[in-house]
Amino acid sequence: MKSKQKKQSTNKNMIAPGHKACAGCGQMIAAKAVANALGEDVIIANATGCLEVTTTPYPQSSWRMPWIHSLFENASAISSGIRATLDYKIKHAKTKKEKQKLENIKVVAQGGDGATFDIGFGLISGMWERKENIIYICYNNEAYSNTGIQASGATPWGANTTTSPAGSGSSIDAIGSHQRKKDMLALALAHGLNYVAQTTAGHPQDIANKIKKAKQTKGPSYIQILSPCIPGWKIKSNQSIKVAKLAAKTGLYPVLEYENAKLTNVMKVEDNPLKVDEYLKIQGRFKHLFKNKRGRKQIKYIQSIADENIKKLEIGK
Amino acid sequence: MDINSKPGSTKNNKTGGWRTYKPKVDNGLCVGCGTCIQNCPEGAIQIKEDNNGNKKPKINYDYCKGCGLCAEQCPTKAIKMELEEK
Repeated sequence: MKSKQKKQSTNKNMIAPGHKACAGCGQMIAAKAVANALGEDVIIANATGCLEVTTTPYPQSSWRMPWIHSLFENASAISSGIRATLDYKIKHAKTKKEKQKLENIKVVAQGGDGATFDIGFGLISGMWERKENIIYICYNNEAYSNTGIQASGATPWGANTTTSPAGSGSSIDAIGSHQRKKDMLALALAHGLNYVAQTTAGHPQDIANKIKKAKQTKGPSYIQILSPCIPGWKIKSNQSIKVAKLAAKTGLYPVLEYENAKLTNVMKVEDNPLKVDEYLKIQGRFKHLFKNKRGRKQIKYIQSIADENIKKLEIGK
Repeated sequence: MDINSKPGSTKNNKTGGWRTYKPKVDNGLCVGCGTCIQNCPEGAIQIKEDNNGNKKPKINYDYCKGCGLCAEQCPTKAIKMELEEK
């Protein structure tokens, strides 16, 4: 009987099916890998965003672990509170067994790029400053996709969103988003985090490995996962993994990890790294760049960002 | 006020109705690597042992939204998407 129970649990995902995410959602692949790697001994504080809205249509929940949601900006503050409570309980535990049980519980805060890069950033900064033992996971789909694809601090150069629409005019606004993408990894490193990693939804095994590493790290850690969005990036439902892998292969979104502020692991790109055109042309949000001379100039600029990444991180062979 | 939800209770939503194309597994081509399981956003694919002890995927059509990621990512092209007639 016992062995049968064990067999069932290995086949069971920590996120139940029946959630309302789009067919082929990149974020759900990432979230599933994250939740399965975290296991049961965890408390998750979730910021508002697609992940929260799609997995917890009231009165239901997809999560098979303790999970709480309050507001857009305060997932990190809530997780700080949970951490403080746990620390107090550990300090005043009556038996050794109880203490050990409490010590095994990990606190996780997670949110999308809107909650991480823009709205919740102040509180995240505070959480990192206090050096609390919390994992922060950012599912980066490079826009506010939940409310209708508005541009966020993570929106890349040249992307067409509803607040940065591409057009035919001669002003800079016509190319789509023309703000610099915030370098959240650098910000995390500047806070002196022990573990900072970046990966994509196209690498679920890599996500699991990174979560396991973050679990063993004492102190705060930050993991950023590129999660392709079907309606936001205007891709087909079976392309999310392909696009995520292309982002890593072109050097635009390198898969890497920093331990104690040192770059310890980075995924190499191929000998002749794929051109960013391959990554851009299958996404509808970059379609306008291929139509005119000015657009092609922007592609050249995006290529220069990828080349710089490859050079800086020495991921070319 | 009870604002707690039961863990995993979304399984009452049968999202299989969203589907247009239905994935079909060719057990002859399948090598049981488990790529489709990792890449399914719904968690609708499970690995089961068949009578010969070979590991084969089993798709839960109650939840499969028909995104086609499993067919796209299958290294042996053992999953085909077929138009579903209801």
